[in-house]
Amino acid sequence: MQIEGANGSGKTTLLRLLTRALEASSGSVFYAGVDIDQCLYDYREQILYLGHQPGVKLNLSAEENLRWMSPASTAPEAIVSALADLGLRGYEDVPCYSLSAGQHRRVALARLLTSRAQIWLLDEPFTAIDKQGVAFLEQCMQQHLNQGGAILVSTHQDLAITGVRKIRVEPADDAGGF
Amino acid sequence: MSNAHNAGFTGYLQRDLLLAYRRHGEAASPLIFFLLVATLVPLGVSPEAGRLEPLAPGIIWVMALLATLLSTEGLFASDYQDGSLEQMIIAPQLLAMPVLGKVTAHWLVTGLPLTLVSPIIGIMLSLPSDGFIPMMASLALGTGCLSLVGAVGAALTVSLRKGGLLLSLLVVPLYMPVIIFGSATVQAGIDGLNWFAPLAILGAMLATAVALCPLAIAGALRLVSSN
Repeated sequence: MQIEGANGSGKTTLLRLLTRALEASSGSVFYAGVDIDQCLYDYREQILYLGHQPGVKLNLSAEENLRWMSPASTAPEAIVSALADLGLRGYEDVPCYSLSAGQHRRVALARLLTSRAQIWLLDEPFTAIDKQGVAFLEQCMQQHLNQGGAILVSTHQDLAITGVRKIRVEPADDAGGF
Repeated sequence: MSNAHNAGFTGYLQRDLLLAYRRHGEAASPLIFFLLVATLVPLGVSPEAGRLEPLAPGIIWVMALLATLLSTEGLFASDYQDGSLEQMIIAPQLLAMPVLGKVTAHWLVTGLPLTLVSPIIGIMLSLPSDGFIPMMASLALGTGCLSLVGAVGAALTVSLRKGGLLLSLLVVPLYMPVIIFGSATVQAGIDGLNWFAPLAILGAMLATAVALCPLAIAGALRLVSSN
């Protein structure tokens, strides 16, 4: 599902409401028919949220960052191969402060490959990513959907994924009641 | 479930220790501050042992407090800026556990080294030899309190760009009992009194802080991130 809307219309707010990092002033979010306040920890095990800030520690290497962000049971090989898939082969041991903005984003996006979460909440995931990267991500997203996962992505780009539904966020709308 | 809580505590403890190791210059700054200011006191007051002696417990404690305060401001700042704080908040675990892990790492990087180098400062300030053990014991417990209480202030001021002054205003009143009983422990040791009594009160304060501060910090972080 793709969230569209003008700048400042509330796309990020909507996604953050869905992570429950923000509390809705009215309305509630339901997961599998249950209010997420009732099953917050179970719900949060199922979500993967990528916000504007990639959450990458500049003093850690790409590999350490990803190991840190992945589930504890992730095998070291899976981490290395996820980084290689995102075009970071050879940068595993480089401290992230010497990587570019697009590479930071790629480190964060490598989480998509190591995570077992069912619901991906991606806020502008393609920022600073080149064309090949976008194509690869769309492929990942398609695969995740084929495996029965759900994706909510806010982006201004048209996605090359089959069966995308679009929501438009309008500034006056009550996003909390979604 | 309990496993997940553990992962939050040890995971963040390890990560913050690794980060401190990578930025060791920055991590060592409270310690260097502690040592540098201690060298100034004999120059400013008098190098005579007789005049330094009565001041030593108080001065050591004030400097330990300032050194801890100096390092507390950055406790959540970089996590807030790079977005990992938000990831911590939405992680499927009790937020108090990663918070406690971070504060423990902070204590291991500031409070523990301060405690370990304090005998050097004791010598510089001509602290009587009976005061050394009480000083180290009280600093070990007291800096733990300082880290925990300071972290509450750091969490509340994390979204402010220049939160340093506000942090001091928030936290210093709460530091007062720690410094009173901390220097009282050292003084009691010097006077040959039973210094376990003030130390026990410090221990009680630490126990209370360990139980309550992580919850307060978690609440403050949620509040800040929901703006």
